[in-house]
Amino acid sequence: MMGLPTLEQMQLQHAAAQVNALHAELIDDDRLEEWPDLFEENCRYSVISAENHNRSLNLAAVFCDSRGMLVDRIVSLRRANIFPAHSYRHILGPTRVKSTSGQIVTAQTNYVVLMTRNDGQTSIYNSGKYVDEIDVSGAAPRFLSKTAIFDTHLIDTMMVRPI
Amino acid sequence: MSIRQQTDAFDQAPSTAGCRVPYRVFTDRQYYDREQENIFKGNCWSFVGLEAEVPQAGDFKSTFVGETPVILTRDSDGSLHVVVNRCAHRGALVCREMRGNRASLECVYHQWAYDLKGDLIGVPFRRGLKGQGGMPGDFDMSQHNLRQLRTETVGGLVFASFSETVESCRDFLGPIVVEQIERIMCKPITVLGDQRQRIRGNWKLYAENTRDPYHASLLHLFHNTFGLYRSTQTGEALMDANKRHSLLYSIAASNDDAADKQAYGDSRTFDTEFKLQDMSLLKGRQEFADNVTLVILAVYPNLVLQQIQNTLAVRQTVTYGPDEFELVWTHFGYQDDDAEMQAIRLKQANLIGPAGLISMEDGEAVEIVQDAIVGEASATSYIAMGGGRAEDADHLVTEGAIIGFWDNYREMVGFDLEPA
Ligand code: FES
Ligand SMILES: [Fe+2]
Repeated sequence: MMGLPTLEQMQLQHAAAQVNALHAELIDDDRLEEWPDLFEENCRYSVISAENHNRSLNLAAVFCDSRGMLVDRIVSLRRANIFPAHSYRHILGPTRVKSTSGQIVTAQTNYVVLMTRNDGQTSIYNSGKYVDEIDVSGAAPRFLSKTAIFDTHLIDTMMVRPI
Repeated sequence: MSIRQQTDAFDQAPSTAGCRVPYRVFTDRQYYDREQENIFKGNCWSFVGLEAEVPQAGDFKSTFVGETPVILTRDSDGSLHVVVNRCAHRGALVCREMRGNRASLECVYHQWAYDLKGDLIGVPFRRGLKGQGGMPGDFDMSQHNLRQLRTETVGGLVFASFSETVESCRDFLGPIVVEQIERIMCKPITVLGDQRQRIRGNWKLYAENTRDPYHASLLHLFHNTFGLYRSTQTGEALMDANKRHSLLYSIAASNDDAADKQAYGDSRTFDTEFKLQDMSLLKGRQEFADNVTLVILAVYPNLVLQQIQNTLAVRQTVTYGPDEFELVWTHFGYQDDDAEMQAIRLKQANLIGPAGLISMEDGEAVEIVQDAIVGEASATSYIAMGGGRAEDADHLVTEGAIIGFWDNYREMVGFDLEPA
């Protein structure tokens, strides 16, 4: 059924796109301390290669199952980890709502993450798709789960920032 | 530049002990080419995969020995074979997928077909078409097989060698390595997945890194930052008789905060201002009766087998050139893992690999050396922590195993090439 979307469908699509845009913005602008707030307390966040995902293997590069783990990742990045100076730029494709169930929206968004290192060169660091479950019941939409399934299974040196 | 500043120059007064490695071995293509011949195609056994990656007859996996593309296959009789992934006709890749299952290997270019051992079994238009063309009358199929490597397994790890003369794989590894492999591969395993990272540095910098317990608490600050450091742990750095391979292991003995403080005082690596919000990351099980919680087994030339808490993995080095390599991590668990154990392994995987909280720095450590030695024709490193000899140590404040690596390298490749 390809009729025009209802107002409610448009609102959900808009909410899902907005929270993804904010997710990208917080990472790209290095406002990483605010990033975990986009997630529910009991969230799941994983960054997994399509190489593994497509074989039904669950090994992820990053796998967090609580907001606390997201915070720990950021504290580790700021205080513990040593890595080449770099920034990200997310380019997001359109967000498509795949299904809704109550106040939970399942949506999918293509992304590309460009990386710029200290030498001033920008490269395609990671490309893939987000598959999200977004809770729209509260004042602001939040991720119940976010899975970044990446095509770029050869990771350039390391992965310290969220995708 | 004054001599005094040239602390890394060749002409510095030699110390009685310590190892000096000319930086050009990491940058000069001549060394890289000689390594491919003398190490990867020479008298060595290279790791190519896990038996568990090709469990069924017909399963194959594409991989590399050094830079040479090879295929690991399992034949219908269950035997394992490693062949060079290069058609005997005009050199095309025979296998273009990363992995899969096939009854035979067929080159797409002119459809020469090989069985899973690599023997040529079919050549289209071999006798011509309607009396025209065809191969010469004396064409002998058996002379045109895929290049077949010697293939041996130890504890489910598959190794291959180009050499007809090298000792058996078990002898090449030696008892210490075999014992550690069999300790970890003690029961049937399940592959959990792969991780791949590209590091813009020379592969030998990673061979050094994985034989180097000295850097562990200095470069990797995750434990210290979150007050998780266990300085009271005991460990050893051991080598095989030929000092090619290195075993670093440690036993978590105690978690005594006061002892830590005394040992480390106010060094930059101790800071408990931060606590993990979610300690489930470190939840684990004591899996081995020996209480060993860390094993880094660096096997010459291209393998690391690791146990870090409950993460089990092999890391394979694939060389791309003097200044680039790929590191392929294959994580595994045991077939009899219960659901909780599987969850533990998948969560602890956050600690290691390219996004590993406790070890992501190793890629950066390699690259900052590569960046600094560019174009350097004569200067050397200086490796002497622990005494400066290729000796075992009953502690982890040593670089002895790195020197063991270089002693072998000097024998197989040499440091003698003139700067290009
Ligand atoms: S190159 Fe393989 S069949 Fe011709
Ligand atoms: Fe390390």
